[in-house]
Amino acid sequence: MGSAMGSQTMGLGSVDATARINRGSWGESLFRSACFGAATFLLVALGGIMLALFVGGWPAFHKFGFGFFFSTAWDVNNDVYGAAVPIFGTIASALISLMIALPLAIGVAVFLTEFCPRVLAQPISTVIDLLAGIPSIVYGMWGFFVFAPLIANHIQLPLESAFDPDSFWGKFFAGVPNGNLLIASVVLAIMILPYMSSVFRELMLSVPASVREAAYGLGCTTFEVVRSVMLPYIRRGMIGGTMLGLGRALGETMAVTFVIGNAHNFPSSLFDATSTIASTIANEFAEASGMRAAALIAMGLVLFLITFVVLAIARLLLRSQKF
Amino acid sequence: MNRALRRRLANYIFVGACLLATGLAVLSLTSLFISLFWNGFSGLNMLTLTKDSGLIAAQDPNGPQLGGLYDGIVGSLVMSILAMVAALFIGIFAGTWLAEYAGESHTGNIIRFLNDVLLSAPSILVGLAVYTYIFIVMTWHNTPQYTYSGLAGAAALAILALPVIVRTTEDMLLLQPAQLREAGVALGASRGLVIRQIIWRAARTGLLTGGLLAFARISGETAPLLFTAFGNGQSIALRHFISGIADKTSALPLLINSLYQSPLTVNFAWTAALLISLAVLAVNILGRFLARGSRHS
Repeated sequence: MGSAMGSQTMGLGSVDATARINRGSWGESLFRSACFGAATFLLVALGGIMLALFVGGWPAFHKFGFGFFFSTAWDVNNDVYGAAVPIFGTIASALISLMIALPLAIGVAVFLTEFCPRVLAQPISTVIDLLAGIPSIVYGMWGFFVFAPLIANHIQLPLESAFDPDSFWGKFFAGVPNGNLLIASVVLAIMILPYMSSVFRELMLSVPASVREAAYGLGCTTFEVVRSVMLPYIRRGMIGGTMLGLGRALGETMAVTFVIGNAHNFPSSLFDATSTIASTIANEFAEASGMRAAALIAMGLVLFLITFVVLAIARLLLRSQKF
Repeated sequence: MNRALRRRLANYIFVGACLLATGLAVLSLTSLFISLFWNGFSGLNMLTLTKDSGLIAAQDPNGPQLGGLYDGIVGSLVMSILAMVAALFIGIFAGTWLAEYAGESHTGNIIRFLNDVLLSAPSILVGLAVYTYIFIVMTWHNTPQYTYSGLAGAAALAILALPVIVRTTEDMLLLQPAQLREAGVALGASRGLVIRQIIWRAARTGLLTGGLLAFARISGETAPLLFTAFGNGQSIALRHFISGIADKTSALPLLINSLYQSPLTVNFAWTAALLISLAVLAVNILGRFLARGSRHS
């Protein structure tokens, strides 16, 4: 549109004006190229990250082949590494945190859009949005020093000692008190809750008032309006928002590193220590070299590809909405 | 009658559950802040703000009190500001291209998608990638002592700030009314001139908001700095700024990560966490405040 207008002006102008516009159009194309160049830089940055992880992780992929993804080995002395435990830990902690955060996020969004007094709705949603800005490492410290001891002393340890260690419940509550899968998942859930609830809230506000009012007019209770009218209406966007939360949970590093226990084994219960890809990299990379470093970078590439797929699905589903 | 009662009861339970969910969310934020102030506020004194953390690390049980967080504060500020300069420069141009030139073109949509991916990419991987490149170059150049540096940290932070700025720039420019552009073009200004002189100026507050949000995001990041800035017990001396930034550099989040592990130094970690949370919140609130102002005007 812009260029068409430009050529029209040029056709109408006198010789002098044409010369000036021509000089302008040289600067014009320079400016446009600068903008385009900057936009291309995004492609370069993302491609560069992927290339670096591929090149850095190649020795590990080359040596261990497909077995790398299924091996649970993490033997520093013999230089044998496998990614199965961190991959499992990453996916397990993210999914458990999603199971906790999803109902909470729906609850918060419904509360704020349906029955919160208008005076309170704005401050509460601002407070919850601000939760999203707090650095990950601060959540980690809070989880490590406040939340984990609370769960350990008042829930896990009393329950563990209340049951026979060999019984089902005894095994269920056995584990590592201060850093385990469940605590990491709860801290993750608190971290992704603000993202999800603000997406859900926007979606719920986008439901046409006439649709909601029609349902209320039929005599529906709030519960019935939400369950039968609003949730079906925004289902697609909600799945997108959930995937967005999942993407964040998968890649979260510092908070998880503080509270997951960082043990290189499959968790035997919810209260057992394990590790995620991001926490393993954060913990071990500084002291790693050679094949160990390559294995860690290779796991980084796996994490990148997992989050890429999750985010691509999220964007696809949220494409109609603008977030 | 029975049925009406059941419906009402279900509704009460649902309302209660929603209230409980919101309560839990607000409660966790409150608990976080109470513990930050409870443990961190007492450490907030002039000594903490003016002494280097290298002095804390002394193993002497009476030693810790001599040090502070000065190097972390300076390092975080320097790296975040350098990163913001780079990210604002590239991000505003990229956002302008998306808003003004790309339209609904195929390339535009691909770049938008890549920006969204970069926006949510795990931050530790950005640090890892920057490290990998610098490691390769420095090994090849035979100067491994420069593998970790404040510049590398700033580069990693810039990549994290960039997508935030691109996104807000595009949104803010698209908010500007089309009549503004048409009026500029009708006066004979070229498209580029209209963007630079009119649209950017009209969207000034919005662009500033985007910058503040990006600043808030990167100033608390730890993971991307672990293998780039690495940490250093001494602050960047102003006189040796260049050599300081080319060396390992301290940052507040990195200090939290190293100081929380010993009971002797954990109070410093709490103080650092309090400082960084307050800074991030202040910047976020300022950004929101500006955004609200610009929406009304």
